[in-house]
Amino acid sequence: MILALVALPALAAVAAFLIRSHALRRSLLVAVAVVHAGLVGLLWIDPARFPAMGTWLASDALGRIFLAIASLLFLAVSVSAVGFLQRESGATSADTEEGFLFSNAPEAVFTACLLGFLSTMTLVTVSQHFGLLWVSIEATTLVSAPLIHYHRHHRSLEATWKYLLVCSVGIAVALLGTYFLAASVPSAAGAARSAATSLTFSGLARAAASLDAGWLKAAFLLLLVGYGTKMGLAPMHTWLPDAHSEAPSVVSALLSGALLNCAFLAVLRVLSVCAAAGLGGFGRQTILVLGLVSMAVAAGLIIGQPDYKRMLAYSSVEHMGILCVGIGLGGLGDWGALFHAVNHSFTKAALFLLAGNFLAAYGTKKSSDVNGAAGTLPVTAALWVAGLFAITGAPPFGVFSSELTILRAGVNAGAWAVVAIYSALLVAVFVGMITMLLRMSQGGRTDLPNQAGHIGSAAAGGRGMALAVAAPPPLRAADTALSVAAPLVLLVLTGVLGLFIPQFVDTALKQAALLLGV
Amino acid sequence: MTTWVEGFLVILMLTNLWLLGSSRLLSCIAAVSVQGVLLGLLPLVIGIDVPVWRLILQAGISIGFKGIALPLLLLRAARSVDVRREVEPIVGYSASLLIGVAALTASLFIGLRLPIHGGAAPLLLVPAALFTALTGLFIIVSRRSAIVQALGYLAMESGIAAFGLALAEQEPLLIEMGTFLDAFVAIFVMGITIYHISREFDHIDSDRLSSLKDSPQ
Repeated sequence: MILALVALPALAAVAAFLIRSHALRRSLLVAVAVVHAGLVGLLWIDPARFPAMGTWLASDALGRIFLAIASLLFLAVSVSAVGFLQRESGATSADTEEGFLFSNAPEAVFTACLLGFLSTMTLVTVSQHFGLLWVSIEATTLVSAPLIHYHRHHRSLEATWKYLLVCSVGIAVALLGTYFLAASVPSAAGAARSAATSLTFSGLARAAASLDAGWLKAAFLLLLVGYGTKMGLAPMHTWLPDAHSEAPSVVSALLSGALLNCAFLAVLRVLSVCAAAGLGGFGRQTILVLGLVSMAVAAGLIIGQPDYKRMLAYSSVEHMGILCVGIGLGGLGDWGALFHAVNHSFTKAALFLLAGNFLAAYGTKKSSDVNGAAGTLPVTAALWVAGLFAITGAPPFGVFSSELTILRAGVNAGAWAVVAIYSALLVAVFVGMITMLLRMSQGGRTDLPNQAGHIGSAAAGGRGMALAVAAPPPLRAADTALSVAAPLVLLVLTGVLGLFIPQFVDTALKQAALLLGV
Repeated sequence: MTTWVEGFLVILMLTNLWLLGSSRLLSCIAAVSVQGVLLGLLPLVIGIDVPVWRLILQAGISIGFKGIALPLLLLRAARSVDVRREVEPIVGYSASLLIGVAALTASLFIGLRLPIHGGAAPLLLVPAALFTALTGLFIIVSRRSAIVQALGYLAMESGIAAFGLALAEQEPLLIEMGTFLDAFVAIFVMGITIYHISREFDHIDSDRLSSLKDSPQ
């Protein structure tokens, strides 16, 4: 059954590649997303139905949380993707920023890669072996690279190259770390154990007491740098803003909401081995420092950021930092960080989908050029305001309660310096993002963009022709059910989680936090 | 057999210096290709305690992919944009060689002090592997051409795979396959991207890929 979770989207990806009909392929995408989410729901209700496959594939409490995030987000994104493909799938379109013509990648390739992305992310969450984990994370990079390169023009190409090179190098470092981890297992135990269990999480946890501390520390640092690159932790985050801002918004939502979490899961797996070997304190301190650095770097770049998609990307760097701070503090922080991962994913994915609506309608990523959205895209605009307040940690959304939990973990631990820096950075980001919101809502004009050109040309009389050319282009898209349904549902989910945490979610988070060790 | 092993490892280290010192693209591709072949031959001569068919399969994949297929792919990419040499690397060739020698010294210093449990690994394996990985990393950050950067990645991957040989007895076959496959696909995807870059820009200099950055307001 676990294999079915991985194989279903993989097989569907092959099918999507072969199917000629657009309508059929789009239905397949949504159908696979629904079935996958259904299977994950079944897994949550009755984990016993999904027995472990050998020692390599199993679904534990930690993996289940990230699997649920990935599956739900994929469902939401697949609905938006249908709308996106209806709009974008054509031979040639004009670039929204520079106006040149370009053609998109074939829709079959895009859909196949999306499904492959789901398959590889599922594999990340169910693998129980460090080698398999590495293979699956590298595979997510490879299937997502064509997704970032969907718009075949020079900016997306540049983003793809940076993504491929930086992440591949990061993942190669993680491979070296995996080998170091294997080297930390002493030979006496090595002779006794069977080859297949050598690098499984449970096998390493059992052998934890006899692991060589020097090798293990080196392995932890290499793995943290390697998977941290993929997670977007500063200073290894350089690929992230480019890839997230140039990818189509449905892809950005998946990258930010699901993929970064997969890399976070890998870091947690390494940490739990360290904790079992008695190096938990060392590991958590390192993660804490990286987390604070990421938050600080992101805050610096969010303030004054003119591009709303890049701002969301830097906000992801910030939230990955928050996750690390939570894990670094430990105790209550573990629970808070896992809860925050859920909240951040839902909120950020919703925001990226909404940003896609703005981009489609206004044809610009500059926040100061998006004016009068309340009149033209009323639902998107309302959700955007709610989403921005949610992501910056305003009550009553889930992000608020998880950020507060992490703050309380800091107070409990008596880490006052961390508490002070953490709070100051949260406030700085809040100010930065709300400033952008004000810029978008006020702007220069508040009339509709297509009317603005009309009024401008009428007023200018004889010079009307010249002004009409310079006037902003008419809106290309309006709110539709497909474009706002997914972000609406995601924001409602995070709103509900902020007010009330269902018992089964709480239990799952507690079980997962236990797996991290002390 | 030991002399063979040490001989191969010394050649592996020399190919790194070759890669660092050459400006001609063809020469760089050849160096990385030789590394791929060496990496395929090493497990055969080291005498790792795994079934023979597994050794042959591993050797075949390494020689086939890293030694032949990927270099040919990059060669085609280089021909299509008519680039023959990296004209102005970020770090010059003499400086690169000096840094290479420093990296070699550091790798020897560290590698000879890292005790691999089991003790079956040849003396020079870990230093040679670290040196190759460091060389690859340095090539990635110090060259402008996307093709040479991909070559650097390939060298880095080879170095790490060589390090993995020291632990090969513990690694299950499936994982090895996955690792090889990923390395192969990574270069393949990079090759396609380079092809697109060359068509889009008429050049393959990655430092001119600089339109994406945080612009001040």
